[in-house]
Amino acid sequence: MKLFDCPVIGRRPISEFDYFGEVRRPPVQADGSVAPDVWSDFVFNRAGAPGVLREWWYHRPTGRWYVMERDTLKDEVLRFIDIQEVRYELPA
Amino acid sequence: MPWRLLKYGLQSGHHEPRFFPESKPLKSHYDVVIIGGGGHGMACAYYLAKEHGITNVAVLEQGYIGGGNTGRNTTIVRSNYLTPEGVKFYDASVKLFEDLADDFDLNIFYSTRGHFTLAHTDSALRTMRWRAEVNKHYGIDSEVVDRQIIAQEVPYMDLDCAGHSPVMGALYHAPGAVARHDAVAWGYARGAYQRGVEIHQKTRVTAIRTQGGRVVGVDTDRGPIQCQKVISMVAGSTPRITEMLGLRTPIEIFPLQACVSEPVKPFMDTIVVSGSLHVYVSQSSRGELVMGASVDPSVLHSTRSSFDFVEGLADKMLDLFPFMSRMKVMRQWAGMSDITPDFAPIMGKTPVEGFYLDAGWGTWGFKATPISGKTMAWTVANDQMHELIQPFRYSRFADFDLVGEKGAASVGH
Ligand SMILES: Cc1cc2nc3c(=O)[nH]c(=O)nc-3n(C[C@H](O)[C@H](O)[C@H](O)COP(=O)(O)OP(=O)(O)OC[C@H]3O[C@@H](n4cnc5c(N)ncnc54)[C@H](O)[C@@H]3O)c2cc1C
Repeated sequence: MKLFDCPVIGRRPISEFDYFGEVRRPPVQADGSVAPDVWSDFVFNRAGAPGVLREWWYHRPTGRWYVMERDTLKDEVLRFIDIQEVRYELPA
Repeated sequence: MPWRLLKYGLQSGHHEPRFFPESKPLKSHYDVVIIGGGGHGMACAYYLAKEHGITNVAVLEQGYIGGGNTGRNTTIVRSNYLTPEGVKFYDASVKLFEDLADDFDLNIFYSTRGHFTLAHTDSALRTMRWRAEVNKHYGIDSEVVDRQIIAQEVPYMDLDCAGHSPVMGALYHAPGAVARHDAVAWGYARGAYQRGVEIHQKTRVTAIRTQGGRVVGVDTDRGPIQCQKVISMVAGSTPRITEMLGLRTPIEIFPLQACVSEPVKPFMDTIVVSGSLHVYVSQSSRGELVMGASVDPSVLHSTRSSFDFVEGLADKMLDLFPFMSRMKVMRQWAGMSDITPDFAPIMGKTPVEGFYLDAGWGTWGFKATPISGKTMAWTVANDQMHELIQPFRYSRFADFDLVGEKGAASVGH
């Protein structure tokens, strides 16, 4: 069984986590002027090739969200990321 | 024993006819280069040569023929999809499959079984009715059946699933079939080779060269090739190829696993899928139970197989077939599925002139092998999208014009 070494709750089996994919920043703008092709690119397209991805994982038993950096070729978690690092402000 | 056979057996040096010749050097130029020697690549080469007279073609395969998802798939062939676009497309494929053995003069072990998709909830049953209506509208043999019929047709199944999630009904699709995956890839490959196509195994494409927005050649680990047309048919490696051209796609790679049990006497001649339990099973002609589930939960570019998979599968499978607790799993494996957000493929022309894409086959592309080969060959020969694949065009995402096939494709491959 695959285990995650989580800095908050310790070593947990991966089966306790749900996967929510790449962390991405929506192309929102204060005046709402986002071109349709920018939207469609954000909504559908993904970084599909192997590499290091920042991804959302949700720990079901404790209801906590995590962001991990993972090598998607070797399936190795490189580090847990402080949420502050991926935080962004939505335009007012 | 026939006399001739005995004499032949006593001779030394038996001349086994080879399907393919030994490899030869790459030429410096081809009219068309196909990346990927799976079923799709071989079928496309075959139809390019047979139907369009285009024979200066090289199929480049980094490993061996059919060693990708083609040789790892559980070979379910069906056309009971949900969208009119999908139903018409897969129906054309089933019809080609039915004549393929004659076409190749090779037994592809095509075996029509009948295909049950079990519904354990009201909402699942509603989707089955919807699919049955769309199917019937296009002349495809699908109907919703009740528990009694399922019990008759699928012996030894516990319709109550030990009380956890009783089966309420099923979508029954009589043309549902299985076939021998290697034979399909090999049959197409031999036919293409006999018509002049070159097949180069152990040849990996490392770059695609363009000039002024159009394809001029590819680089391989055996040297460069000039060509005006490149078709990518690499399933789980698609993002690596599109990245070479800076083309963005919605494709994400998830492992899909399967396994077979030890062989037992034939007892099940149908294919059984449960969308709610996320499992499916059929019995192969060797007696093994071929079993699979939905894709692994997270993105991964690897063909490793896991204990989590067999454990999860067994948990659900035993609800349906309790007697399987006494059976052993013989082999398990994985392939890399190229999944799209709408569970439909991406086919045809792309923004890069001369670069054609046949991808997004996810967990369901084996059944499409004949029709994608045929329609892609037509598209490349005429440089114009074949009407059957128009709905699957690359630009449908930018047009917000998706082909929502998830309800019919996510578990029942
Ligand atoms: C476990 C499993 C079960 C499945 N079950 C079913 C099913 O029941 N029914 C169904 O319809 N479908 C099923 N599928 C899906 C089906 O297998 C695929 O969609 C289909 O086989 C894709 O065929 P292909 O020829 O496009 O790709 P592949 O057979 O994967 O061939 C692509 C080839 O490209 C080669 N390649 C990649 N990169 C390069 C490069 N740079 N240079 C040269 N060559 C390269 C690879 O080596 C590979 O051989 C299943 C898949 C899996 C993994």
